Amino acid sequence: MVIAAASLRNDIVPGSSPVEYFNDHVVRLFLLASAVWGIAGMLVGMYAAAELTWPGLNAGIPWMTFSHIRPDHTFGVIFAFGGSALMGTCYYVAQRTCHARLAFDRLAEFTFWGWQLVCVLAMFTMPFGITQGKEYAEPEWFIDILIAIVWVSFGTVFFATLARRRIRHIYVANWYYGAFIIAVGLLHIVNNLAVPVSLVKSYPIYSGVVDAMVEWWYGHNAVAFFLTAGFLGMMYYFVPRQAQQPLWSYRFSIVNFWALISVYMWAGAHHLMYTALPDWVQSVGMAFSLVLLMPSWGSAANGLFTFNGVWHRVVRDPAAKFMVIALVFYAAATFEGSMMAVKTVNSLSHYTDWTIAHVHSGSLGWVAMITIGSLYAMAPRALGRPAMHSHKAMELHFWLHVTGTFLYVAAMWTAGITEGMMWRATQPDGALTYSFLDSLIAIRPDYFVRWFGGVLIWLGMWVMAWNLWHTAADARKRVIKPIPVPIPVTVAPLPAAL
Amino acid sequence: MAYRHFEFIEKHAWTLGILTAVMVSLGGLAEITPLFMEAHAVKAPANVKPYDPLRLAGRDVYVAEGCYLCHSQMIRALRFETQRYGHYSTAEESVYDRPFQWGSKRTGPDLARVGGKYSDQWQRMHLMDPRSVVPQSNMPSYHWLADEKIDPKDIQARMRVLRELGDPYTDADIAAAPAAVKGKTKMDALIAYLQGLGIKNEPQPPDDGHEAAATGAP
Ligand code: HEC
Ligand code: HEM
Repeated sequence: MVIAAASLRNDIVPGSSPVEYFNDHVVRLFLLASAVWGIAGMLVGMYAAAELTWPGLNAGIPWMTFSHIRPDHTFGVIFAFGGSALMGTCYYVAQRTCHARLAFDRLAEFTFWGWQLVCVLAMFTMPFGITQGKEYAEPEWFIDILIAIVWVSFGTVFFATLARRRIRHIYVANWYYGAFIIAVGLLHIVNNLAVPVSLVKSYPIYSGVVDAMVEWWYGHNAVAFFLTAGFLGMMYYFVPRQAQQPLWSYRFSIVNFWALISVYMWAGAHHLMYTALPDWVQSVGMAFSLVLLMPSWGSAANGLFTFNGVWHRVVRDPAAKFMVIALVFYAAATFEGSMMAVKTVNSLSHYTDWTIAHVHSGSLGWVAMITIGSLYAMAPRALGRPAMHSHKAMELHFWLHVTGTFLYVAAMWTAGITEGMMWRATQPDGALTYSFLDSLIAIRPDYFVRWFGGVLIWLGMWVMAWNLWHTAADARKRVIKPIPVPIPVTVAPLPAAL
Repeated sequence: MAYRHFEFIEKHAWTLGILTAVMVSLGGLAEITPLFMEAHAVKAPANVKPYDPLRLAGRDVYVAEGCYLCHSQMIRALRFETQRYGHYSTAEESVYDRPFQWGSKRTGPDLARVGGKYSDQWQRMHLMDPRSVVPQSNMPSYHWLADEKIDPKDIQARMRVLRELGDPYTDADIAAAPAAVKGKTKMDALIAYLQGLGIKNEPQPPDDGHEAAATGAP
């Protein structure tokens, strides 16, 4: 490393022609993958929603049953779609903010193919019952090992790129990407410790209460570090970029960073209220969940205020619109989450479709929209074009996505509160008013509306794919020129330690 | 802390990485370590036994089929829950559950104490075609389970791994396993598992409106 850094320094003669180019090849690959997985993962979500409405839809085929396919939806959208988008933008952002080419070309390319292999293996084993049966950690042990290898490589490429930076300050987006890489690696390894019985079956080393706590420490923080910290990294780069002005407050972003990453890890127990988990852990989980609202709203506010003074431009820029609505959903979903961690609210919401509403206002509202906005901002630059192929198509996508998300979330709120109220309703003599089946019948129309919202969202993803395809015309013909790394005039000495 | 401290972190990637790793580890350590200690101290009460071979096979079918995605096995300590499903669940009851089965979403009812609520015949019909017994149900049918046999060798391997992990299976238990699952289908195993849920491990003395669970409609 030291040698590499030294030779790199020799290359930089201020004023001479640049010698380095950005590695946008691997960025383009991830961009393509995230569009494909987005469509695939949401197709499965749409299908799962349809099966809850029309249960005979799988026509007796085992692997198409709701319970076999649901892990494919969650893995497909979180790890395949979200993961590819995160890794691609991470590589893009790290290069731009460090003024350096990505470290280790070969390893970076390996992280792409390795991650795609992970996704394909997971998607083709889980529906056949090859599963650990832990939510969001369903892939079996041999896939978990591959995930760990790819993840360590990803971290190596990222931190080695930071080490090559020509700017002394590490820009805040990279802090979030770094925390995302470190925390997800840690969570993945601890939660997946298991002893294999055969290639297709293993048992976790934890059981019962401990397994529950480990799983939701993982599950909750997968949301925190995969679906929040990673995408905040994206937000902190692409929002100022799209607003064409600096972040509202840089210092504020740093305070929020430390608060966010240290508080999140304590909050996992809010998934296990009123269960057999010891009371003190439940109370700690609730308290920290309430505190968590502050850094969450801090980040959302910082992003939104960055548009101060340029709101008139947002109206005409679909990429910026996606980002703004994403931040609004982020603020709304984190507020909702903190409320759901209050024990009395949780007693109503837990186990109902309210959870599903909350998950999707976070995932469709925040995660998907900030990703789509960032992809629209990044794609033309990575594909050597001045702008996306069609402005109209971006507008259409925006309205399809927003309408679909509102339908989805509103339907699931209604369903969740209906279930919660019916499950607890008692008559004057103390007997329960409704059977379980009554609540299922009551929410059937909501399941239909949710499915329809999903269809709109999915169609929107196709509009995006079409638009990206045309924007990538030059890239497909291999006529785009690599972009040289801009070398800062005053070259800061590289830190000796790294 | 003055801003210059942050500024130092901002300029040193190693410091940033290590501090991040420390901050993210604290919460997990604080909450999981005590539970881990406790779990090692507390032994399962005498009435909670490890799954016999057939039920173990059934439990693994339950996991592989993804029943946990629609059903919880966790009766929360809330009045309307105990009224509907029976005595609230306790930590001891799930000591042999790998992975735990508390679930996160109830598209169907809780199953923690469903054992004995229906006959084996009802369970079989319901799993073959839920809508034949509950017309408005949206539970999928699992008819293929009736065609697939349990592999006795595989069950023994599973029991050996579980013993390594601390479940008290004896050599005799493992030797007897093939006979216990001989000729059984996945359907038989799953029904045996379901019929054992909440039976015999309910905290003593049983009380709290357990009648409601015994007579309540689904
Ligand atoms: C799509 C969600 C879904 C999946 C997946 C699912 N179920 Fe169900 N289950 C339901 C619903 C809804 C009901 C209530 C209506 C009924 O009885 O069919 C139910 C009812 C039951 C009941 C009766 C409970 C009672 O107290 O009346 C049992 C037992 C059961 N399911 C077992 C299973 C098993 C075993 C599996 C996995 C092989 C499974 N279910 C998978 C939705 C599901
Ligand atoms: C077309 C858009 C989508 C549709 C139609 C859809 C549909 C669904 C359905 C039907 C379920 C199962 C709910 C249940 O069990 O009752 C589900 C669960 C889930 N979805 Fe989606 N989804 C979509 C997009 C997304 C996206 C983009 C993400 C994340 C980035 C996501 C993350 C999740 C998660 C984490 C769960 C599990 C929730 C839980 O266990 O509590 N979904 N989705």
